[in-house]
Amino acid sequence: MSPALLSRADLIALLPEMILTTLGMVILLAGVATGKRHKALWVGTLTALLAGAAGLWIAAQATAPDARMYFDSFALDHFAVFFKSLFLLIAALTVLLSVDYLKRWDARPGEYHALILFATVGMMIMASGVNLAVIYVGLELMALSTYVLAGYFRRETASHEAAAKYFVLGALSSGILLYGLSLIYGSFATLDLAVLTEKAAAGPVSTPALVGIALLGCGFLFKVAAVPFHMWTPDVYVGAPTPITAFMSVGPKAAAFAMFLRVFDGSFAALAPQWRWLIGGAAVLTMVWGNIAALTQDNVKRMLAYSSIAHAGYALVGLVAGSAAGVQSVMFYLLVYTVTNLGAFGFVVLLESRGFAGETVRDYAGLARKHPLAAFGMLVFMLSLGGIPPTAGFMGKLYVFAAAVNAGFVWLVVIAVLMSAVSLYYYFRIVMQMYLQDGADDEPAPLLLSPWTERAIWLCGVAVLVIGVFPGPFAEAARATLGLP
Amino acid sequence: MEFATNLLNIITYLPLVGALVIVFALRADSTRAIKAVATIVAGLDFVVSVPLWFLYEPGGAPFQFDFQASWIPSVGASYHVGVDGISILLILLTTLLGFIAVYSSFTAITHRHKEYYVFLLLLQTGMLGVFISLDLVLFYVFWEVMLVPMYFLIGVWGGARKLYAAIKFFLYTLVGSVLMLVGILALYFYNSTGLQAIGLVGLGNAPSFDVTQLYTIAGQIPAGLQFWIFLAFFVGFAIKVPMFPFHTWLPDAHVEAPTAGSVILAGVLLKMGTYGFIRFSLPMLPNATREAVPWVVALAIIGIIYGGLVAMAQKDMKKLVAYSSVSHLGFVMLGMFALNPQGLSGSVLQMINHGLSTGGLFLLVGIVYERRHTRAIADYGGLAKVMPIYAMLFLILTLASIGLPTLNGFIGEFTILIGALDRSTLWAVLASTGIVIGAAYMLWLYQRVFFGEVTHEENKTLKDVNLREQWTLIPLIVLCFWIGIYPKPFFRIMEPSIERIVRVVDPDYLKQPVAQPQAMPLPALADDAAGHTAR
Repeated sequence: MSPALLSRADLIALLPEMILTTLGMVILLAGVATGKRHKALWVGTLTALLAGAAGLWIAAQATAPDARMYFDSFALDHFAVFFKSLFLLIAALTVLLSVDYLKRWDARPGEYHALILFATVGMMIMASGVNLAVIYVGLELMALSTYVLAGYFRRETASHEAAAKYFVLGALSSGILLYGLSLIYGSFATLDLAVLTEKAAAGPVSTPALVGIALLGCGFLFKVAAVPFHMWTPDVYVGAPTPITAFMSVGPKAAAFAMFLRVFDGSFAALAPQWRWLIGGAAVLTMVWGNIAALTQDNVKRMLAYSSIAHAGYALVGLVAGSAAGVQSVMFYLLVYTVTNLGAFGFVVLLESRGFAGETVRDYAGLARKHPLAAFGMLVFMLSLGGIPPTAGFMGKLYVFAAAVNAGFVWLVVIAVLMSAVSLYYYFRIVMQMYLQDGADDEPAPLLLSPWTERAIWLCGVAVLVIGVFPGPFAEAARATLGLP
Repeated sequence: MEFATNLLNIITYLPLVGALVIVFALRADSTRAIKAVATIVAGLDFVVSVPLWFLYEPGGAPFQFDFQASWIPSVGASYHVGVDGISILLILLTTLLGFIAVYSSFTAITHRHKEYYVFLLLLQTGMLGVFISLDLVLFYVFWEVMLVPMYFLIGVWGGARKLYAAIKFFLYTLVGSVLMLVGILALYFYNSTGLQAIGLVGLGNAPSFDVTQLYTIAGQIPAGLQFWIFLAFFVGFAIKVPMFPFHTWLPDAHVEAPTAGSVILAGVLLKMGTYGFIRFSLPMLPNATREAVPWVVALAIIGIIYGGLVAMAQKDMKKLVAYSSVSHLGFVMLGMFALNPQGLSGSVLQMINHGLSTGGLFLLVGIVYERRHTRAIADYGGLAKVMPIYAMLFLILTLASIGLPTLNGFIGEFTILIGALDRSTLWAVLASTGIVIGAAYMLWLYQRVFFGEVTHEENKTLKDVNLREQWTLIPLIVLCFWIGIYPKPFFRIMEPSIERIVRVVDPDYLKQPVAQPQAMPLPALADDAAGHTAR
């Protein structure tokens, strides 16, 4: 340990978080000063995210992957760098999706953008934390920012409801998680993941520790919105402003998976025989219930909420598989899911002209005739969500299922593939409305003019097709070992 | 040899290029230009695929026109394409029927022309991709890709219950293929690292999805694992074929699809299932295949008889032809699972025959449907008087379908029956009843539609087939006669490929003494069959 409290390496490793926090506060103040000068604020936020990306690049260059900073509680390994890049991408796309949306709803842009930046910082800390306390701090920063964002539209009852439900249930899950942490600390006398790894591998683990790990798993399952801890998801996703729904469905979820992977597939890998049935069971429930409940939804946001639950189930399959291949597959899957789901939500934003959160599947009828390009884009995203090649969604599933088959979870994969066949039914309900319902009286919801949202969708669409045809480099980028075989 | 190495890519992606040209270069309302581009592209695609027939050397390497490029090196999936004698025949069938499908749609399709031809061309790329793939991931990608355009063809341009039929087709085939994916992964891991958690040790080879690599380990896969992988593949392929009892999507899809969609569906899509068996199940899982023979053959024979009986009860012409497919595909499966050269080569030939004759019958039903907007058999009668050319063309394809000598169906069914007889007299006897039933429902259909007095006033003024319609059918009829009279070139091109499969799946068979008449070498058999018909 160096004599100084903080070394230079410590500071450099935290560069992106520091940049984003500082600029986030600048934007918060600027928002107060400028009021509703939308353009200045979102351009400023994008600049902040770019600066954060530059900071991340510098930090990653300067830090050794196996170095541990801040008294062994913070790491900047390849795993963290991948997730941080993903979070920056998610935040940037969310900002682009929000540009015209905020103007349309006449919302104050200052706090909104600042909160997105703070949530991003929280997620980044979650990906980097190698101490459960640090991870928890990042988690709460992210969660508190998202609670506020979910309720950002004060005048909409649904948004209120979303924020209240999210907050109460989020607090409950944090409580469960903390109780798990206290039991783990009580049993192992440490929250340092490296030490926990050794102790978990060393020998028999006491019952309180196992209970603690189970509670920790339940808390994590809550955060990734897995069944049976998913009840909050549909209401929150419907009630939140749509770009925030998009953000929540990928950002906090990916961050939760980052900590899930690091703790369960990393530290507690040796205890996999004990926790696998728990997480595997949750994966089955999540895939089955998420997909079946989505079948009957007419509201598009609600359907995508259940679809997002189902996708957490597929990612859990990779997590249960464990090992380096499993971790890689989950990371790759999250990248694929991010570009796909943000693109799909982009269309929900574009078509949201009939009141707040009111779009039903019927509102897409005849879209292919009216706006062929938009319909084609939505088709690509629906195919990707359903896992049909040549889209990214197929490749994501292929990696996850391959990892699970390799680990011997053939039964889990059989359920997963059957459920993904089921999911095509509701994704194709939208496709059917767009392409097959073309009666003259079908008037699709008008496309709102939002050039920046369209650009974000284009980016996602191209990414979906490129990853779908040439997945190699992207899957390689997601290869992070966590010290696993 | 630049042309030869890229030939398969040219054939496969030409329709895709054509589709992109239509999407980006043509306006939706310039229907003439769209039809022209689609026809030229589909025609050109057939023309460039013909050299395969001449350049392929049956005695040469197992897979020719081989082309391999790096794709996803970290998992061992590569872009590997190549063809043997079996896939060449199916590729030629696909490009021919693809052209005919485009050419026959000019008047049948009355709205959303641009999308229609785009989907038709995309479908063709997907189907050709299936037949050229020598990598399981690549194969699976094409296999699924092709579902989407077919879904749209049925769903947008289909009949009254198109929405139901489209999603039923899509989900049915998808369920089968996702299970196949699990089988593919199991095979892949057995070749490399094994399935650790359940204690299955792999062979330790470099990870590979390459078909030629997986062929080499066929004998080493333990019987239990073979069984499960075979089952996973079986579900995927049997739904596609479709075998009884997985056939229920077929009547809906066929009846609701537009004419060209039915032609492609019957002509090519169903063959993808049988092709899957012959390319993957038989040579990769020989032990499980041998174990499965009684079960598969039982289902095939049930399909032959059940499909025929149900066809006989139909009141709708298109549905009748659709159910006849179940019966014909039963023959294909029976021949294949006889696991001897005669059965297999008859099976492959019957795939082609079924594509020609059933594709042609769907075209013919479509022709009268366009004029009368009904397919009910009861709405017709006496058509031979008003549409003589049509009646003649229909007769030829009917006879081809029921297997009259000098036409293609006879050669296929005869060869299959020889193969089946070699295994079991019972199989052959039961299957023969299917031929009788087939003759019954087809001739009865012909009698009700064409003979007698013209009972409906509207039918008296029906126009006979025009020149364009004739030209959609003439290539099919010429081929029906060619295969019926001189099938030797067709047998010759597939013979070595089939022998390789038999060598794997039933190594003892080829060692049997030549004294057995059924075991005589294939070309001689082909000559015999041809000579038989000529008499």
